Amino acid sequence: MDLATALAIAESSMRLAAPLLLACLAGLYSERAGIFDIGLEGKMLGAAFGAGAVAAVTGSAWIGLAAGMAVSTVLALIHGLASITFRGNQIISGVAINFLASGLTALIGQNWFGMGGQTPQLFGDQRFLAVELPLAGALRDVPVIGFLYSDFLSGFTVLVYVALLAVPLTWWVLFRTRFGLRLRAVGENPGAVDTAGISVVRLRYQAVIITGLLCGIAGAYLATGMAAGFIRDMTAGKGFIALAALIFAKWRPWPALWACLLFGFLEAIGIRYQGVTIPNVGTVPVQLMQALPYILTVVILAGFVGRAIPPRAGGKPYVKER
Amino acid sequence: MASAAQAPDAPAIELRGISKSFGPVKANEDIDLRVEPGTIHGIVGENGAGKSTLMSILYGFYQADAGEILIGGKLTPIPDSDAAIRAGIGMVHQHFMLVENFTVLENVVLGAEDGALLRPSLAKARAELTRLARDYELQVDADAVVGDLSVGFQQRVEILKALYRHADILILDEPTGVLTPAEADHLFRILRFLRDQGKTIILITHKLREIMAITDRVSVMRRGRMVATLDTARTSPPELAELMVGRRVLLRVDKGPAKPGDVLMQVRDLKVNDWQGVERLRGVSFDLRGGEILGIAGVAGNGQSELLEVLAGIRPASGGSVRFRGEALALDSVANAEARRALGIAHVPEDRHRRGLVMPFSEWENSCLGYHGEPRYAGPAWTMDRRAIRELAQAGIEKFDIRPPSVDLTTSNFSGGNQQKIVLAREIERDPDVLLVGQPTRGVDIGAIEFIHREIVALRDRGKAILLVSVELDEIQALADRIVVMFDGRISGARAAGETDERELGLLMAGIDPAERAA
Repeated sequence: MDLATALAIAESSMRLAAPLLLACLAGLYSERAGIFDIGLEGKMLGAAFGAGAVAAVTGSAWIGLAAGMAVSTVLALIHGLASITFRGNQIISGVAINFLASGLTALIGQNWFGMGGQTPQLFGDQRFLAVELPLAGALRDVPVIGFLYSDFLSGFTVLVYVALLAVPLTWWVLFRTRFGLRLRAVGENPGAVDTAGISVVRLRYQAVIITGLLCGIAGAYLATGMAAGFIRDMTAGKGFIALAALIFAKWRPWPALWACLLFGFLEAIGIRYQGVTIPNVGTVPVQLMQALPYILTVVILAGFVGRAIPPRAGGKPYVKER
Repeated sequence: MASAAQAPDAPAIELRGISKSFGPVKANEDIDLRVEPGTIHGIVGENGAGKSTLMSILYGFYQADAGEILIGGKLTPIPDSDAAIRAGIGMVHQHFMLVENFTVLENVVLGAEDGALLRPSLAKARAELTRLARDYELQVDADAVVGDLSVGFQQRVEILKALYRHADILILDEPTGVLTPAEADHLFRILRFLRDQGKTIILITHKLREIMAITDRVSVMRRGRMVATLDTARTSPPELAELMVGRRVLLRVDKGPAKPGDVLMQVRDLKVNDWQGVERLRGVSFDLRGGEILGIAGVAGNGQSELLEVLAGIRPASGGSVRFRGEALALDSVANAEARRALGIAHVPEDRHRRGLVMPFSEWENSCLGYHGEPRYAGPAWTMDRRAIRELAQAGIEKFDIRPPSVDLTTSNFSGGNQQKIVLAREIERDPDVLLVGQPTRGVDIGAIEFIHREIVALRDRGKAILLVSVELDEIQALADRIVVMFDGRISGARAAGETDERELGLLMAGIDPAERAA
């Protein structure tokens, strides 16, 4: 493999990993607070539609992003209402949100644009385009650094950088702030938080809202960064892959980055090497290559990658006890 | 009222006319209570007497329907736990409110942080913990992960949490339930010390011995009402028991000497690994004879539960042997609990909610659980004879004085003591040769304890063998003819009941054999 191919695969991995990473970190906030979120997929899808539709109508990717985040946050609040206030089953609520998003986006899309559930193709400022990092041009000729910085790291859309920056930020919030301490505590033992005089309900809603915002960015990126418009069910299981990555990463921010990059890498390989011929074996079917990330998801969720211990209070509604 | 707040003789806590209902149930009715500052004040009462509800109201978990709370003579509404903490009240819950994968420091700081960033708060707490450790003899490693600490130390963290929040009034809910006698003694030393430093302590317990040992005053609750407040020095356990139950209670079990018969069960070198591969039983051997009660003492979690489960056929053993009437019992397969019952080995599980009963079932359905294959319950073909089951259940209710005497009542609506009687009725009614009993009186009222103990002794006097596992040393001492103490999956000592005392058993529970030490 030559350097150019490697670079192309690395760049592709990064692009594909970014939405996973955003969704994965989104799930991290919610699940660390004790609210399991199987509805990452639905929130991303809703956000992708919101961003695609609004960007097409207003002509601004940024307004589209805001719309996507709003849609996703509303869906997150529905999940919060069901699982925090009404103490419902978090898995069922999440599944419902996935169905809701899948059905509503197609229905409203068809009603508004009449294009079979798609939104119109986005051009120019309606999309997030590649940005050149500062000094990328000047550093291009410096050996190694120039290659890594100017050729690899520079030239993604702004949302990829947002995803990357969200990793250290999440780590810092989680382990260096009061909010993070309380968030982690409420996912482990909400009783301890409650008896310390802190509102469990408020804390969990805050976490769920952060999840909504981050999922919104992830969805907007799909429709206005990676693709040029919304397509029906365009998340294609990315929310579930993000969930698998979250478990793989054992609910920690830095490992979440590596896990998402691994999934992004597999997806990139799947796209690049379609119909490769392996000597003595024959041509590898396209479907197999494309299935790679999903196979890994199954392997991870089946628990082959060590024991992942979820936050102890996860999935359980908090009821004050006597 | 503001001037009264400054009065030095104002009570630390005064409750006036506190009432609280949950639906039709009156948990607290018109409760008045005065707790003097700088004293240890005990609150006793049976389960469901309303002690915990009252303390939850004081700690802001619940809102009283009526009544006032005065702290230091000043009217103080307590709408939530935050308000209670600000009023200087700290609470050590029966089930610790700790985050197990946090360090001691993080647990202490949680909710009492000084700002949005953690670092300064943690640094301050570290210094403060050092001071508290020095002032109150409460040494704990600030960087230890709480889940790795022993229960005694976890409790210490709870106390430190309260002190870190400047609590002047400390409420402890059943604090000794999980402690060894030595740890309990240490706790009492700390409490006395805290009292001498001017703190006010409220101790909720059902153990009269502890009330007598440590409190200055004691209040008794019965069925949601405060029935008496007495000076501890001027009362006695029988008087307190009578106040709690409302009638005279025999605190000692009336039993004659044991007449041990043949060895019914022979346990040799029994070993058990849990699902993580950790050895929970490390070679346990003993004989169980007919006509005797063998008590297994020990702090919870030292292998007693595993021992019971292996003998009952719920859990496979990884080594060793068990012979029943000379026949070896299969120990490898998991699904032979039914076979054990058929042999005459009955089991009253430690956790009646999870193992002994199906809580949403009605009484009659639970009365045949595990025995539903018996011919006397069988109807035509493969069906069950409802009428026969209900009649037999009714007979059990009468014999075991289960109240209310209704076979149709949902099991979860019976009190703890009556639930336990349902299990006992089912198991003892078959007249088993061996009865395995775990924590027979956990969460059971004094009145029912008396009854259950009498039934167990009666079974013994019919020549049956009883293996009694209990974390209540009092219960073991009262019932058992021989006592085996378990520590860390092994037997740390065996004694005849009449030839040992609490001090010696306490040492054995901590894994120290005083006899070996003297030798």
